[in-house]
Parts: sequence; C-alpha cells; structure tokens
Amino acid sequence: MESQPPEERSQQRSKGLPQVLVMKPPPLLTLFEDKFISSKFQLLKAWESTLPLDQFLTTYAGSVRAVLCSGATPITPRIIRLLPSLQLVVTDSAGVNHIDLNECRRRGIAVTNAAGVFSDDAADAAVGLLIDVLRKISVADRFVRHGLWPAKGDYPLGFKLGGKRVGIVGLGSIGSAVAKRLEAFGCTVLYNSRKPKPWVPYPFYSNVHELAADSDVLIVCCGLTAETRHMINRRVMVALGKQGIIINVARGAIIDEKEMVECLAHGEIGGAGLDVFENEPNVPKQLLELDNVVLSPHRAVFTPEGFMAACDLVVANLEAFFQDKPLLSPLIHE
Amino acid sequence: MKATAMTSENQSRHSQSDLPYVLILKPPPSFLLFGDHFLDSSKFQYLKAYESPLPLPQFLQEHAQSVQAIFSSGLAPVTAETIRLLPRLGLVVTTSQGLNHIDLTECRRRGIAVAGAGTILSADCADSAVGFLIDVLRKISAANRYVKQGLWSSQGAYPLGYKLGGKRVGIVGLGSIGTEVAKRLDAFGCSISYNSRSKKPLVPYTFYPNVVELAANCDALIICCALTDETHHLINKEVLSALGKDGVIINIARGPIVDEKELVRCLVKGEIRGAGLDVFEHEPDVPVELFALDNVVMSPHCAVLTTESFEDLGKLMVGNIEAFFSNEPLLTPVSLDG
Repeated sequence: MESQPPEERSQQRSKGLPQVLVMKPPPLLTLFEDKFISSKFQLLKAWESTLPLDQFLTTYAGSVRAVLCSGATPITPRIIRLLPSLQLVVTDSAGVNHIDLNECRRRGIAVTNAAGVFSDDAADAAVGLLIDVLRKISVADRFVRHGLWPAKGDYPLGFKLGGKRVGIVGLGSIGSAVAKRLEAFGCTVLYNSRKPKPWVPYPFYSNVHELAADSDVLIVCCGLTAETRHMINRRVMVALGKQGIIINVARGAIIDEKEMVECLAHGEIGGAGLDVFENEPNVPKQLLELDNVVLSPHRAVFTPEGFMAACDLVVANLEAFFQDKPLLSPLIHE
Repeated sequence: MKATAMTSENQSRHSQSDLPYVLILKPPPSFLLFGDHFLDSSKFQYLKAYESPLPLPQFLQEHAQSVQAIFSSGLAPVTAETIRLLPRLGLVVTTSQGLNHIDLTECRRRGIAVAGAGTILSADCADSAVGFLIDVLRKISAANRYVKQGLWSSQGAYPLGYKLGGKRVGIVGLGSIGTEVAKRLDAFGCSISYNSRSKKPLVPYTFYPNVVELAANCDALIICCALTDETHHLINKEVLSALGKDGVIINIARGPIVDEKELVRCLVKGEIRGAGLDVFEHEPDVPVELFALDNVVMSPHCAVLTTESFEDLGKLMVGNIEAFFSNEPLLTPVSLDG
C-alpha cells in the first residue's frame, strides 16, 4: 500500500483508515518512520505528489481531519482554509509559533505539541550552556587542545555559579525544570511569566527589564509569540549588565539578535550561550569570534530518547483523536 | 589591631623583627593574578624562598630558626626533607583542595598541624564536574566548535547528544566534593551510587565495595577522591572495561588516579563513550591523541578555580595562620589520623 501514489491511496480512504495530512516529513518521521505505522490512521504524504500543494489539498484533502506538522511546515490561515474538515493540528515540536493559533481557535481546531517530553533535556542543556559560559569550559578545552598549556601556563579563569541570581524568562515546564536544577547549585532563582504563579517559591517580576536589572543571568525558556518577539532588547541587556549572561534554548527571535551581537562585541553584557538564532542555520559572523559565547546548532535540547518520546506522544495523540478519546497533550489557549 | 604609643618608624622596625615568619616556597597563583600583597596580614610576614638566589636546602638552613609556618599553594611540594630542615615548623597551610603535595606522615610524626581549603572549593569543583558531564554527554564544546567553524550552514545538522536524566552516576569518593556532585545530579534525575573507603550510613545512595563493581553498574564515573598510595591508578583497565563502551569518565581530582595510557587507548578505540578531564598524569603535558577526539573535553587543571574563590581562599588562609599564631583553633584543620 505504501508504494501507491497518494492519489490512488486517497481514493481508497473511504474504504480504509482515516488520513493524517503531512505536507513535508517532519524530522521525527524521517528518523522513526515505522513508529508512524498505525492501525488507527494512515499518512497522506503531500510531498510525494507532483501537484503543487494548494492543488493537492483542494483535490485530496477535503475530508482530512488531522494534520501532522513541524517547524518547517507552518500551518497558516491559508492552509487552514484549504482544509475544511480540519479538527486537529499535531506538531512534533515543543514550540507552536509556526501554527496560527488564532485561526485554529476561531475554527475550533485542537492543537497538540510535544512540550513535556523535551523539558528535562532542554533544562539540562540550558544549565550545561550556563556552566560552560561561566566557567569557560569550551575556552579551556580549546586552550588545551591547541597545545597552549605547556607554552602559556596561565589559564582562563571563570566565575562561580553558586550565589548567582538567575532570572528565568517563562516559568513553564522548561523554566521550572531549569529552576529546580539551579537551586541544587546554590543559585537564587527569579522569574518573569505572563502571570505570577503564587505556588512557586521564587520572586516574580512583572516585566523582563526589571528581572534583568536584578539578575546576573537570564535564561530564556518561553514560547515565541507576537508579545515575546524581540522581548530581550537592548534595554533589557543593558539592565542585565556588563557581567550578565544570556542563555537561550527557546527561539532565536525572542532576542533582538542584532542588538545582542552589538552588546557582546562591545562588552555591554558578559557572555551568552545560544542554541537558537533568528535565521538558522545562519549565525552572525561576529559571534563566531567571541570566546565568551558558546553556540549550539539548535540541537542542545534534543536527545534520541527525547525524540522517541516525542514520536510516541505524536502517535498517541493521533490515535486518541481517531478513537474519540481525550488528547494527551492539547495546548490550552490562555 | 593593638593600640601602641610608638612612632610609625619604630613601629615598623618593631613589627618587622617581631612578626613571625611564614615561608612560601613558590609564588602562588593568587600572587600572579592579584599581586604580591594579596595575602598580607598585620599578624605575620612572608619569607619568600623563591626570591632568594640560594638553593632551597641552603636557604632553609639559613632561616631554620625563624620559620614556624609554611604556606603552600600546591605548586610547591612540602617534602619530608623540607620539614626536617625546619625544627620550629608548627603549621602547614595550603589553598589546594588536594593534600598529596604535603608529606602528611612527616607532619603527623612531628606534630605539625595542617590547614586546608575546607569546603570552600567543594561547590566549585562539583559545578565543574557536572559541567563536564553535561558537556561530554551533550557534546556542547564539540558542537560549539562545529558552529564556530561555519559548519552548521554548510554541512547541516550536528549529531545528537545523550540524555542526562536517568543516567546511573557512580561517584568515586563521597567526600565533600562527591556529596556536592551527588546533590546536583540528583536534581537532574540521575541515580547516584558511590564507592568510598567506608560505607556512609546516612546517605541515600547505593554503596559498592569496590570501583570495578561501581563501574559495572554505572553509565558515568566521577572521580572525586584524594590521591593516595591506595588510589594511584585506581581507575585501571579492569574498571574501564567494566564501565563499558557507553560509559563516561569525569576526572576533576588528580591525574594519577587514572591509568592515563589505558584511558587514552580506550578513548581512541571507542571502548568508552567519552571523558571530561581537568587533570592529567604529567601536567602540563596532555596525550596528543586526545586533541583529535570530539568525545573528550579538557581543561588545564583549573576546574576548581573561580575568580570569587581566590578571595575567599585568601581570607581563609590568612585566618588559619593568624589563628595559629594567636594560639587559637585553626579554622579548617585537616585530620592527620590515618
């Protein structure tokens, strides 16, 4: 059945399993294709057709109720309008900024993401990047690797982690996991979130600028939305200060990247650990030269175990949907 | 500060002849970084052996009657020979976390007190150990290199790292550093087990009576013990083999605790997953085979040091010496009982 062109397969749909539209294969599908073979649904693979996408959708996706997407296949209002029967959007990522949530809400379309399964790994990466920047682990490694130790003798000294005031931007599942880890290191945790969370023991700051002014470190753990785009701007970075460190494991566009590069180049902040960028895979050239910056190719939060768990979660959400059972990780629209 | 009616010249002549001497054999790192007066005190003065043209034994003989204390940063060993040339020696203080550079047996024999860094450095050591573990597992330094070489845009995705949560971590030596490491890794969802000279009754971690068994039951070994005759090459072929090809080793203690030649062989052949090393058998020389390996993270024996710790250590050190000369209890005495 897999070798038939999608057109023929779609003609069989009324006799077979309900279809899940996939416009381009998300990374998880490429990695774990056999996990997506289910007795509850089949994939409608738009990329295998020679038809342009819009035409494909109009011709074959009229009764499609679910779509599986990823960051590379944004679910725009236009796409949604071409899918009159759409009731569910499933993304394999934690982030949902590639999905038009307003249009989904308007149409009553449910959305599920894979936030929970990546939280611990994302938090591990954030802390790892912070220790690296503060204690100059990558710098020291390069120092030794280039044979400089016998010649130069002196070493790049870092800064203590304990006692540092760490401001967490966005205290969701990732931010909470970061906080829990940093407490074990003796850091003082502060946070900013859309709303205060009275049940957490950390001081709440109503805006990021105030948080930055009171922190030694900022760790960005929030989602990318219209409100958070470029939220970490020059003013926030200057408030963070010359010894301040920024760690970003969320989305590049939350930080005004151009301003950040300027601040780093001129010593207006002390350093940065970055897993995400505004225009991946392009990284501003000045960052490549800076020793007080540690860079990661949007990989730091991913592990094979995390991917497999995300896969299982995606498939479980789809199967639940087609059995009229509750979704496992629906996005709650706040 | 005692009040005195003397003039300042008399006072300085008076204090120079009165103040007891503390011998320094080699300039400590803090002098190099913060200047010669970083550790000054009004209660004692330093006798700097390294400023003298005399060979050390001769220098010691000349000053044998004045030296009551030695300050060693760890760079200069305090040997039995040195101790024997100083009949009035009553105290050795060190800012080093390790004590293997001091002949503790000779100190015990002579009734010489030893004061160390206490737990000031424990947290910083532990932070490094955890930092190294995350780096090796999640390939942070290697990925940083990859991006900085411009390979992300040209060559695409970098290989994934390994999950930290759920990993079984074996701590070799559950002293103050080992305990701090355990506390941190607990928060990451690792399961902790350990080997120590003796089982610690009040800790919630699984004890293994020997390092081979510990290694066989772990995904990562973190070396946090002291270097002694018993721990020399403790991590040998058998241990590394038990650790296995998915195992990681982190050493922030002392190079000679690990059979370095064997470790390098295992890393090159892929018989263990990776290593994070701050210390080596023959510092500053590092086996060149390691330079080509992406699954190894190295640092030049600085994992313990932070800018802030120098100040804290300096104060502690001076405090110990001042207490000694005032016949008060030392702040951070080291027990010399075997």
